[in-house]
Amino acid sequence: MAKSEMTYADAICRAIEEEMAKDPTIFTYGEDIAQQGGIFGQYKGLLGKYDDRVIDTPISEEVIFGSAVGAALAGTRPIVEFHFADFLFTGMSAITNQIMKIRYMSGGQRDLPIILRGPDGRSNNAAAQHSQSIESIFMHLPGIKVVIPSTPADVYGLYKTALNQPDPVIVFEHKQMYGRKGMVDDEEYRIPFGKADIKRAGTDITVVTTSRMVHESMQAAAELANSGISLEVIDLRTLVPWDRETVINSVKKTGRLLIVHETWKRAGWGAEIASVVQEEAFDYLDDPIYRVGAKNVPNSFSPEQENFIMPDKENVLAEVKKFLL
Amino acid sequence: MDITKEKLIELYEKMVLIRSFEMKAEEKFYNNEIPGFIHLYIGEEAIATGIIDHLRKDDLITSTHRGHGHMLAKGADPKLMMAELYGKRTGYCKGKGGSMHIMNFDLGVLGANGEVAGGLPIAAGAGMAIKMIKKTDQVVVAFFGDGASNRGAFHEALNWASIYNLPIIFVVEYNQYASTVNSNFATSVDNIADRAKGYDIKGITVDGNDLLEVYETAAEVISAVRNGSGPVLLECKTYRLKGHFVGDPQEYREDAEVEKKWKDEPISKFERYLMEKDYLDDETKNEIWSKYTKVIDEALEYARNDSFPTAKEALTDLFADDTGYDY
Repeated sequence: MAKSEMTYADAICRAIEEEMAKDPTIFTYGEDIAQQGGIFGQYKGLLGKYDDRVIDTPISEEVIFGSAVGAALAGTRPIVEFHFADFLFTGMSAITNQIMKIRYMSGGQRDLPIILRGPDGRSNNAAAQHSQSIESIFMHLPGIKVVIPSTPADVYGLYKTALNQPDPVIVFEHKQMYGRKGMVDDEEYRIPFGKADIKRAGTDITVVTTSRMVHESMQAAAELANSGISLEVIDLRTLVPWDRETVINSVKKTGRLLIVHETWKRAGWGAEIASVVQEEAFDYLDDPIYRVGAKNVPNSFSPEQENFIMPDKENVLAEVKKFLL
Repeated sequence: MDITKEKLIELYEKMVLIRSFEMKAEEKFYNNEIPGFIHLYIGEEAIATGIIDHLRKDDLITSTHRGHGHMLAKGADPKLMMAELYGKRTGYCKGKGGSMHIMNFDLGVLGANGEVAGGLPIAAGAGMAIKMIKKTDQVVVAFFGDGASNRGAFHEALNWASIYNLPIIFVVEYNQYASTVNSNFATSVDNIADRAKGYDIKGITVDGNDLLEVYETAAEVISAVRNGSGPVLLECKTYRLKGHFVGDPQEYREDAEVEKKWKDEPISKFERYLMEKDYLDDETKNEIWSKYTKVIDEALEYARNDSFPTAKEALTDLFADDTGYDY
């Protein structure tokens, strides 16, 4: 199948543009998207095509998020930019008390096809209020599907699904991913939610990860292969729902599980994965389940401190040493 | 404004329906038949009645935790409403919402809302979709209280509606109390309509207990908004004759204050008007009240006889498809 190379940001734009062509009720709005093309340029690929459906808004997060409910109930399919994951908190009630609850509280009267999307995660020295990864919170709270892709091909296919399914979705697009290039099929395709991707097959340790940490884990896996340690790197791609089957089957094969995420280790989503795996595959585990995550402080501005707080390949390598191979 | 006798009686009956529903709900809450807690619209009936009568079925409203009146005025079936208050299977929300979150999208009610000002962003989004994407002539009415006008969502929503010139009527039901706190203390302005100026939209204050004043003002406002005037902030001054919730000990106000306000309540006020015009006499009045007592008694019987949803049905309706539950 023919493929083209494109950035993660352009893969998103391609998916949205294709679906906008088919569905005139899809529109997107948020801060800095129409004139600027997104604070990281992530909307630039969309400009000049459906400009009446790409709308700048005031800095008014309660309305930016809460309005999605009204827009969906009025018969449209809104894609809502959250600007920085950190600022989800400024309109959090509209998400937790409205978007996540309305369908349930109404007894399932209508679908709520809402997409919240935006950048999350560490960028260099953005400090504590501009570099948070907070996907665990959205996995904890019932009522929204959580998508957290690591490659252009994945983000394209997951957006195609998101724009053709009936429920609220939040997409976390790591800042460091937008410019990352990869090959994407020229033909349209969808990737179902809840289907993990084994990014690298291996036999000794199962690594479950997402987003930027997929790439850190892949680098660690390449280095460890030289010393004869084989990692199987599983990219969950979606946290709600998450692919238990692929993870548990892998753990049954390797007997070891390492969970790697950029968000804080304490009560991060890795704890949930670990708990389910020990319930369902306890007898297969040869070692404790280990986790890599950020240290439990806000992200510091100072470069050396940020490197210390935020996990990367080195943390994966260090954690692997704990396993009795 | 020329309003026919038939229309005036219809409006009167709508207020009687709402009052009758609320009185029965109050009674059955005190009987321990209705679980949770409920917030009554008693004394504020003229607002929902006078405004919603001008709306089409496809017009949309957002409501509040005190939302029974808005639902009924928009055409809700009292049986399905009472069933919802009882947490029963055929209630509007299958028992999952209850009094405070009652909603029906087919009626254009985008939700009563447990969050103060929670409906304002929803109305803003509905207005945006209508104006900018669907391009229809629907309008949106956002009902909220004086307490909500002190929340950020109110200010964000008014600014938002103003800059996009959205077809939204923001109706503040100034009932004097935000939960237990008097608005004279908690709100910086005497008239919340004054805040419209800050958003460059029209602000109007009316006597919310005067059905005719509400009705006539709403006729003009809704017609203008439908024709593209942009949003309007319509303030209706009223008084919350009952506690914040049924059972509220109301330690924050004197009985005398409430007794005095009962003399200004909207239904008897409108009755006096109708009697002066010779449109209503005691006999017709009694017939109307008996009619709605019967309607509500039937709704009550319906709700009592309806079954509860099963415990396991709690695990449905979160998502439209079966992915994402992870029980």
